[in-house]
Amino acid sequence: MDTLNYINNGHGLASWLLTKDHKRIALLYLVSITFFFFLGGLFAFMIRLELLTPAGDVLTAENYNKMFTMHGVVMVFFFLIPSIPAVLGNFLIPIMIGAKDLAFPRLNLISWYIYVLGGIFTLVAALSGGVDTGWTFYTPYSTAAANSHVITAALGVFITGFSSILTGLNFIVTIHRMRAPGLTWFRLPLFVWAHYATSLVMILGTPVIAITVLLVAAERVLHMGIFDPALGGDPVLFQHLFWFYSHPAVYIMILPAMGVISEIVQAFARKNVFGYSFIAFSSLAIAIIGFLVWGHHIFVAGQSVYAGMLFSIISYIVAVPSAIKVFNWTATIYRGSISLDSPMLYAFGFLGLFTIGGLTGLFLAAMGLDIHMHDTYFVVAHFHYIMVGGAIMGYLGGLHYWWPKITGKLYSEPAAKLAAGLVFIGFNLTFFPQFLVGYLGMPRRYHMYPPEFQVFNVMSTLGATILSVGYLLPMFYFVHSIFRGKPSPADPWGAKGLEWEVPSPPPTENFAVTPIVTHGTHQYAPSKEVGVV
Amino acid sequence: MFTNFPFFPQQASAQAGQVDAIYFFMVAVTAFFSILIAGLVVYFAFKYRRRHRDEIGHAIHGSLALELLWTVIPFFITMVMFVWGAKVFFDMYRPPAGAMEIHVVGKQWMWKVQHMDGRREINELHVPVGRPVKLIMGSEDVLHSYYIPDFRVKADVIPGRYNVLWFTATRPGNYHLFCAEYCGTKHSGMIGTVTAMEPADFQAWLSGGRADESPVAAGEKLFADLTCNTCHLTDTQGRGPMLTNLFGKQVELQGGGTVTVDEAYIRESIVLPQAKVVAGFQPLMPTFQGLVTEEQLLQLIAYVRSLSQQGEAPGAAPQSPTMPQSSSRPVVEKK
Ligand code: HEC
Ligand SMILES: [Cu+2]
Ligand SMILES: [Cu+2]
Repeated sequence: MDTLNYINNGHGLASWLLTKDHKRIALLYLVSITFFFFLGGLFAFMIRLELLTPAGDVLTAENYNKMFTMHGVVMVFFFLIPSIPAVLGNFLIPIMIGAKDLAFPRLNLISWYIYVLGGIFTLVAALSGGVDTGWTFYTPYSTAAANSHVITAALGVFITGFSSILTGLNFIVTIHRMRAPGLTWFRLPLFVWAHYATSLVMILGTPVIAITVLLVAAERVLHMGIFDPALGGDPVLFQHLFWFYSHPAVYIMILPAMGVISEIVQAFARKNVFGYSFIAFSSLAIAIIGFLVWGHHIFVAGQSVYAGMLFSIISYIVAVPSAIKVFNWTATIYRGSISLDSPMLYAFGFLGLFTIGGLTGLFLAAMGLDIHMHDTYFVVAHFHYIMVGGAIMGYLGGLHYWWPKITGKLYSEPAAKLAAGLVFIGFNLTFFPQFLVGYLGMPRRYHMYPPEFQVFNVMSTLGATILSVGYLLPMFYFVHSIFRGKPSPADPWGAKGLEWEVPSPPPTENFAVTPIVTHGTHQYAPSKEVGVV
Repeated sequence: MFTNFPFFPQQASAQAGQVDAIYFFMVAVTAFFSILIAGLVVYFAFKYRRRHRDEIGHAIHGSLALELLWTVIPFFITMVMFVWGAKVFFDMYRPPAGAMEIHVVGKQWMWKVQHMDGRREINELHVPVGRPVKLIMGSEDVLHSYYIPDFRVKADVIPGRYNVLWFTATRPGNYHLFCAEYCGTKHSGMIGTVTAMEPADFQAWLSGGRADESPVAAGEKLFADLTCNTCHLTDTQGRGPMLTNLFGKQVELQGGGTVTVDEAYIRESIVLPQAKVVAGFQPLMPTFQGLVTEEQLLQLIAYVRSLSQQGEAPGAAPQSPTMPQSSSRPVVEKK
């Protein structure tokens, strides 16, 4: 009964570590990314534990600062940025476009090794004493004052950046060159569009952060005056360079999640998406305009008012394509056939949380209001609504949606529903109070805080506890499903798309014969191919 | 000591109301759209729930009219936010003429303050209510940020340049002062109290404690101690330019271009004299980088300024019209 598939086609460690199969590489990423997710989560939990009381009693100030730094570095560079593209994108893009693999399979494997090498640097930095600059590495603190392992951590970020660049390159070439016959651009799944836009950002943005951390290292080691005013440098220059990458990096994290949500919403409403081309082009618009808004992070750093105004207005403009997506997803479920399976619960969670995250971003783009809110917990809450409420919800939703395809096994649906509920409740309890305490004025990165902020912090810590249970649960039922789960049919959800036409798990070469595509992805109703809107 | 209403900060400055007004507008917009989306999703999910296994949804591909509607409406709402936010920022950016000046220096991990009559404080700031106060802020080491939540004001304090923060306190009381920009180990200990007092109480407080020399007097002394006065004489015979009546003027630079003399330019002249050389002079002024502290720099600047405003009370110095609040680089206009 054992048919040959990508999992049982080759045994032993070497067959995995030297594989060029995009599906196996995706699993390599899945394992390493999961490791970093729980590591980053552990750091987060230490932060929340410390903030349970106003006094600094659990950790020393120094260790607390290292915790939030390592939390940020690990979560941003080693979990959020690679998560959806490297795991789900890697696994699905070739299958979704009817190809046998990515354009450059060997490069794909190298990308994973580069990622791991960067990760090792970061782990070494963490284990040998940690870094305390904040994940933002602001100068001149990072180059002149901090006496922690800045260089090692910066090198980790530098190295892993190449993994992003190469993955982005691989995706772009694959999407351009390897689509099956008949798979025109406007028949592509929106997941693929989202990854195309993401890849553009990865290729264009990542070199800038690589150069920036290299300059930090140069100033720290060789005392070249770049950012430190004592050496004739300009500290605000660093902030420009850093955010030139790190704002678009937000879109590296959220665009793929938007792609996942587009797929899930269509599959569980059994209905093609509302406004296909608006969603597709809004991804591109976000990717491009997203490069022009970085200055909204430095309104109070003494940037010229006129520059500030430009950044403010462009930040508002980039909000519009995100709004368009949310409205289109909502319209998609209108008159659908909606089933509330666990992936759809995550998608609904995403819709709610991303909407709040996006709207609270509007507060921060208003210059006069940002003066008060900048560097407070309001900002912390806002970006966690985007990154955790948005990106992680999308990642988990996607993982649940495609798990039967990836492993060929069905997981326990009631357990998955419970986890989705816990994540949603835990998340809101953790981060909603932070909006309030932020407006009250609690600054971020505070080891101790005035007692009147405690109520909110207790709620946050309680929420974080629930959230961690919600995140740990899938570990159990996913692993359990691998050993004990019922085998999954090719299309367990009754969804449409090339990935559901191949067996679960797919064979190594994906398709025995290259498929010929005659219509867009999620065509459930036997409709004539209506012109895309 | 701090009797905050736990869900909302106090409005203790003239600016606070304006900031809160945008905030409430934003909260209303956010609540409206979040409830709209959540309501629709829940309603549709219930109304169109799958009733049998093989059911499929209706094929609806989109609607151009709707797309335009939900592009244009968010666009206009965000433009309102942009204009409103920018206007409030503008108002909060320009200190009014005649604001009371106070020097603030941030260093790991304390706030050092000096009033114009010489009185110093650490991690505290006393100000009168009803009068605009302008903080001229520098840093001795890394980035910091001066933040008074109940006043809704904040500005980064950046080494190598001066940033300005101004406010008018409206209500006597004690308010939190926080460092908002991460600055190392004891970042969360770099906090203090801002005390707003009735003007009469403030005067009493000012004349109370032991006042040091005023920054101008201290600057005058430094000017002699650091031998500035050997080159900068009170006539044009010195090796360096005469500094009398210099502040606020335009200076011609070697190699073309002019620069307006402001705090940032004087600072640069002292720490990086070669950066801009005055036309007609040799670049022989030595750098004083490392020889003067950030506070002494502020005192030297106060002294040089005082040479241009004889007869005016210190602390009520008129605002020079061209002082950029933020750039360490004076504006150089190429001719
Ligand atoms: C060895 C002589 C010398 C000493 C000592 C000296 N300066 Fe200068 N200074 C000059 C010269 C020459 C210039 C003009 C050339 C230039 O801009 O570098 C100048 C320029 C300046 C300017 C810019 C003046 C303008 O017209 O734009 C300022 C302000 C100034 N000095 C302040 C000081 C202060 C404060 C000190 C003491 C801490 C000091 N200088 C010590 C020689 C000196
Ligand atoms: Cu940004
Ligand atoms: Cu600080």
